[in-house]
Amino acid sequence: MAQTHSNRPLSPHLQIWRWGPAMLVSILHRVCGNALAFGGLGLLLWWLGALASGPEAYGTFIHWVWTPEPDRAIQSFTSILGKIAIVGLTWAFFQHMVSGLRHFVLDVGAGYELETNSRWSIATIGISIVLTILFWAVVLLR
Amino acid sequence: MGNGTSIGRVRGLGSSHHGAQHWLVQRFTAIGNLILVIWLLASLAFMPGYDYATVSTWLAKPVSATAMILLILSTFWHARLGVQVMMEDYVHDHGLKFAALAALNVVPLAAGAFGVICVLRLALGAH
Repeated sequence: MAQTHSNRPLSPHLQIWRWGPAMLVSILHRVCGNALAFGGLGLLLWWLGALASGPEAYGTFIHWVWTPEPDRAIQSFTSILGKIAIVGLTWAFFQHMVSGLRHFVLDVGAGYELETNSRWSIATIGISIVLTILFWAVVLLR
Repeated sequence: MGNGTSIGRVRGLGSSHHGAQHWLVQRFTAIGNLILVIWLLASLAFMPGYDYATVSTWLAKPVSATAMILLILSTFWHARLGVQVMMEDYVHDHGLKFAALAALNVVPLAAGAFGVICVLRLALGAH
C-alpha cells in the first residue's frame, strides 16, 4: 500500500512555483477552459433552450442576461453580470484558443527555448485581448 | 507494491497506456472547436440583428443547424476530457473523485443531448 501515501507531488502546487509567463499561461489555459466548460456551455444551452422554446422564452433570456425590462431592478443587476460574463467568456475563448494553438506548436517539439517560450506565452495574452476587442468592435460598432 | 495478485504488481507503477487516446481525442476535438466556435462567433458578429425572428430563422437553416449540432458534440466532448484532467489533479479525496468522475460521465451527455434536441426542434420547423 506504499503508493496510497506516496510523497509524489500533487496539484495544486502554485505556492511553490516562481511565477513566470509559461506557468501563468498554463494556469490561464485551465481556468479559461473550465470557465468555458461550465459557464460558456451552460449559457449556450440556456440560449438554445430559449430559442427552441419560442419568442417569449427568448425574450426572458435576453432580459436576464443583456437588456433588462424597464421596471425590473433585479434584471438591471443580472444584465450587468450577464454582460460581464459574456464579454469575459469571449476573452476566455480567445485565450484558450490562442494558448491551445501554442500547445499544438509545443506538441511537435518546437518553441521550448526559454526566450521563445516566454515571448509566445506573453503573446497569447496580447493576441487574445486584441481578438476580443475586434470581435466586440464588429458586434457593437457595425 | 504488492507481489501477489496481478493488480497488486502493477499498482503505482504508472501508465496503463490509456492516456494516448485521451490526449489524441482532446486534440481532435480541439480542431473541431477551433473551426466551429469561430463559425459561431463570426455568424453572431455579422448577424443583422439579435431579435427572435432573425436568430431562430438563421439557426433553423440546414447548414447552421448542422454546424451547431457538430459544435455541441465537439465542445461537450472536449470539455468532458478537459474537466476530467482538472478533477484528477485537484480532487484528491478518493470518494469525491469517484463521484466527480461519475457525474462527468453523465452530465455532459445529458446536457449535450438537450442542446441537440433544441437545435433539431428549430431545424425541423417547430415555429
